[in-house]
Amino acid sequence: MSIKQLSVFVENKFGRVSDICNVLADNHINMSALSIADTSEFGVARIIVDKPEEAKKVLSESGVIVKISDVIGVAIDDRPGGLAAVLSLLKEGGVSVEYLYAFLPKAKEHAMVVMKVNDPDTAQEIFRMNGVSTANMSDIH
Amino acid sequence: MFYQKDIECMPRAELEKLQSERLCAQVKRMYEKVEPFRQRMNEKGLKPSDIHGIEDLHKLPFSYKKDLRDYYPYGLFAVPMTDIVRVHASSGTTGKQIVVGYTKNDLDMWSDCVARMMVAIGAGADDFIQVSYGYGLFTGGLGAHGGAERIGATVIPTSAGNTQRQIQTMCDFGSTVLCCTPSYAMYLAESIAEMGVKDQLKLKAGIFGAEPWSEEMRKSIEQGLGIKAYDIYGLSEIMGPGVSYECDKQAGMHVCEDMFIPEIIDPDTGEVLPRGSKGELVFTTLTKEGFPLIRYRTRDICQLNYEPCECGRTHVRMCKPQGRSDDMMIIRGVNVFPSQIEEVLMKVTGGTMPNYQIIVDRVNNNDTLDVNVEMTEELFSDDVKNIEKLEKKITEEIRSVLGIGAKVHLVNPKTIARSEGKAKRVIDNRKI
Repeated sequence: MSIKQLSVFVENKFGRVSDICNVLADNHINMSALSIADTSEFGVARIIVDKPEEAKKVLSESGVIVKISDVIGVAIDDRPGGLAAVLSLLKEGGVSVEYLYAFLPKAKEHAMVVMKVNDPDTAQEIFRMNGVSTANMSDIH
Repeated sequence: MFYQKDIECMPRAELEKLQSERLCAQVKRMYEKVEPFRQRMNEKGLKPSDIHGIEDLHKLPFSYKKDLRDYYPYGLFAVPMTDIVRVHASSGTTGKQIVVGYTKNDLDMWSDCVARMMVAIGAGADDFIQVSYGYGLFTGGLGAHGGAERIGATVIPTSAGNTQRQIQTMCDFGSTVLCCTPSYAMYLAESIAEMGVKDQLKLKAGIFGAEPWSEEMRKSIEQGLGIKAYDIYGLSEIMGPGVSYECDKQAGMHVCEDMFIPEIIDPDTGEVLPRGSKGELVFTTLTKEGFPLIRYRTRDICQLNYEPCECGRTHVRMCKPQGRSDDMMIIRGVNVFPSQIEEVLMKVTGGTMPNYQIIVDRVNNNDTLDVNVEMTEELFSDDVKNIEKLEKKITEEIRSVLGIGAKVHLVNPKTIARSEGKAKRVIDNRKI
């Protein structure tokens, strides 16, 4: 199971993130996670929303570059060592994490980590074998 | 003061007779030795015998920078390579450099041109001439060097860069004349002020060229360095610095007319314009052996002044180039065409050709080059590393093609202003 993530090119200019959020707000799109990777010159905003296709459409129309990519949402026990346990599994399986960010989904006892890995199929298999649940879109919203 | 008074002050009638003789001989020789020139003459139905003097100059075919690229590297040379003793090169329009060659005699004549200027501004054997132009394929360094040696001055060949050491050398060695680009002269003046060593300078004059500069810049340089600042003009296709130069009157640059005939033409029709008109400057080399050119289109917009100069020289004076009839920019002394940057983007992006804009400015007397590139869906990645890699690749390619650094900025799509649907490719904010 994978979830859809929006990646948005954020020019390093005043008010850009605000503009992006406003476009989503105006179109009644709910964000459940946001992470920004930035350099001194630009950033990439990674966003999990309830309606990814629609979000891509409205953001593109507003003049920003958007991509939808598949990422894995992993449920993490909300306790010390929760994330460490999951990452150890990936490490042992030789899967490397390209990026990850965490968020707390609404009314769930688990924390959630969104990750992009170099080998999603192997990662999913590792999680399945070890009883780690991964999210689909309906789990998030 | 004169270096070759009989030539520099030759009465016009006599000068024009000399030009006519040399032109006829040059056309005849090129017709025999340079295949592409012969073809062009034949296309026009012209034979060397149709050219009787400078009154027939307008009949001859033009030559273009493109020719140097088409016949790269040696296709336009008029002597066997055994007679070529040196080559110089500069950037062309599409990333490929252009190359020019000199015989021993060509280098001698070139040194004469620069020597005329140096003597005209009061330099001589007792001077210490610091050449802070780059030495190498660029004609600036070795061109100025040749002239300085010719007049018997002590040459200090510092070449460009390492400003602290330049200034230390200037103070310790007692440099009296400085040769460099005007923007570097401004930078040196500021650094000298910061170091507080202005009172240790023995400079009296500077010879500045290879890039556009204004009268305001001249004033700042003269004040900053406590010198007289003189303009020198040249292009490697024709020879290098010294094609024309200012005398001590600082009232236009005398073209070495015994070696080069200037014309002003309408860049659109190619017609020669009446004397005093503003138009594109065209040069014909009269004495060049290695790499002669007939009616070379410089693309510099200019005016010629045939009024006698107070200095006594009879050679025509040209004004500072007032623009270009093509889109070439001179950035930090380097010729840059937007098409070069376009080719880099084409190559790096695998043919997707994002929209771009080139912004040139002058900050603290240094030219800056910024390239804004609009992000596209194809180029975008959710991984920051990939985008950084792209940015770095564009930067590196531009540096390798142009030879100067540029700052590359990835910007949002459709943020580069378009006028009539066409993006304005170049914004030059320099006040020159």
